[in-house]
Amino acid sequence: MYETSYHRPSSLADAASLLANASDGRLIAGGQTLIPTMKQRLAAPSDLVDVAGIAEMKSIAVEGDTVSIGAACTHSDVATSDAVRGAIPGLAELAGMIGDPAVRHRGTLGGSLANNDPAADYPAVVLALGATIHTDRRQIAAADFFDGMFSTSLEDGEIVTRVVFPIPEKSAYAKFRNPASGYAMAGVFVARMKDGAVRVGVTGASGNGVFRSAEIEKALLDSWSPAAIEPLTISAEDMLSDIHGSAAYRANLVKVMAKRAVAAIA
Amino acid sequence: MSTIALKVNGKDVSTEVEDRALLVELIREELKLTGTHVGCDTSQCGACVVHVDGVAMKSCTMFAVQANGADVRTIEGVAEGDALHPMQAAFAEHHGLQCGFCTPGMVMTAIDMVRRLGNDLDEATIRHELEGNICRCTGYQNIVKAIKAGASAMAS
Ligand SMILES: Cc1cc2nc3c(=O)[nH]c(=O)nc-3n(C[C@H](O)[C@H](O)[C@H](O)COP(=O)(O)OP(=O)(O)OC[C@H]3O[C@@H](n4cnc5c(N)ncnc54)[C@H](O)[C@@H]3O)c2cc1C
Ligand code: FES
Repeated sequence: MYETSYHRPSSLADAASLLANASDGRLIAGGQTLIPTMKQRLAAPSDLVDVAGIAEMKSIAVEGDTVSIGAACTHSDVATSDAVRGAIPGLAELAGMIGDPAVRHRGTLGGSLANNDPAADYPAVVLALGATIHTDRRQIAAADFFDGMFSTSLEDGEIVTRVVFPIPEKSAYAKFRNPASGYAMAGVFVARMKDGAVRVGVTGASGNGVFRSAEIEKALLDSWSPAAIEPLTISAEDMLSDIHGSAAYRANLVKVMAKRAVAAIA
Repeated sequence: MSTIALKVNGKDVSTEVEDRALLVELIREELKLTGTHVGCDTSQCGACVVHVDGVAMKSCTMFAVQANGADVRTIEGVAEGDALHPMQAAFAEHHGLQCGFCTPGMVMTAIDMVRRLGNDLDEATIRHELEGNICRCTGYQNIVKAIKAGASAMAS
């Protein structure tokens, strides 16, 4: 790992100015992606600005029809939060399926979204529920946030501060883990919103990163049951193909995970 | 370089570290507490798990400066004098190890498991919770037995 200078600001304003004044500064939250990347010398920031201790980025609150979660909340904070479990149990379950206990104790919601790994779990729920990503500069709709694998619409130095999730009528997540890494080979978040709309987010499977499956949404709108998904053939065209599974295998996994998620709350 | 102050196994430590130094490097190379192991250095094996403010974390995936002000506990700090921690005793009793390399991380993870999930752990839960700890010898059978027994022993 190359040398770096570490900073631990206690406010968002200080974090932003530290970043702005660094020659090649980078935010660090849980470090569960960035530290391994730095070890491999794939990243070599001159300065690290740690947002993990910023109080305004750590709270979780139910506000009206939404759950608002600070970007520095760890996966474990989200998985065990009574507010999240009460309002959006599918979201708490998803957070509890990320990595392993030690990774969940450090990794954060904001870090996961900023990284936008095509096999990460959070993008599925953020896109499916149509959450809003709040930054130190603006608010970004989920539909405008994810921009292909490892890419987002965040600008240089922009800090994700919190994510606001609409509370659905019901929702669930099913994930087929890569047995070695634990990341999703296919992860499907299904939700029925309070206005009756059905929204489905798919991660892990596509070469373009997270996406919504219009055909699964339509089938579930007609009938909310695993059987409604059964006749579908998910196209393998954009699916990832690697040593872990072919595109056709992943396309089929999407269907199986969607059925499992619906079955869990049918 | 940064000057940091933290507690390690109950003792105050104040030292200067490179900002890029990992917590496990501070623990092993500077404090000479070599019970915490590095198995993979890629955040996957769990041999380096320690408790930071009571919570299990991979010390290979955290900077030493991030532990500034924290209370760190390593495998050397769980026994009380000569009396093994109940979880250590259970690993010995149930032979939850062969080569022993993963054992410190297993024990620290197991104690954290009890903190979060209580003393009555079933086999499926224990296996699931061991997601981040790899053992290449035992096939896990006796590790799972040891954790189950250690968890209930911790109740008394
Ligand atoms: C063994 C292992 C298994 C894992 N398994 C899974 C899994 O199954 N599913 C899954 O989804 N993930 C998995 N992960 C990744 C984990 O969820 C990470 O926590 C997550 O990807 C990054 O979050 P972080 O807080 O650690 O971010 P960091 O590593 O600190 O940062 C990642 C990137 O995000 C940027 N960043 C951080 N915070 C912010 C912010 N607030 N605003 C803007 N940019 C920010 C950083 O600059 C950096 O570029 C795994 C990781 C490990 C080590
Ligand atoms: S050495 Fe830290 S997880 Fe393997």
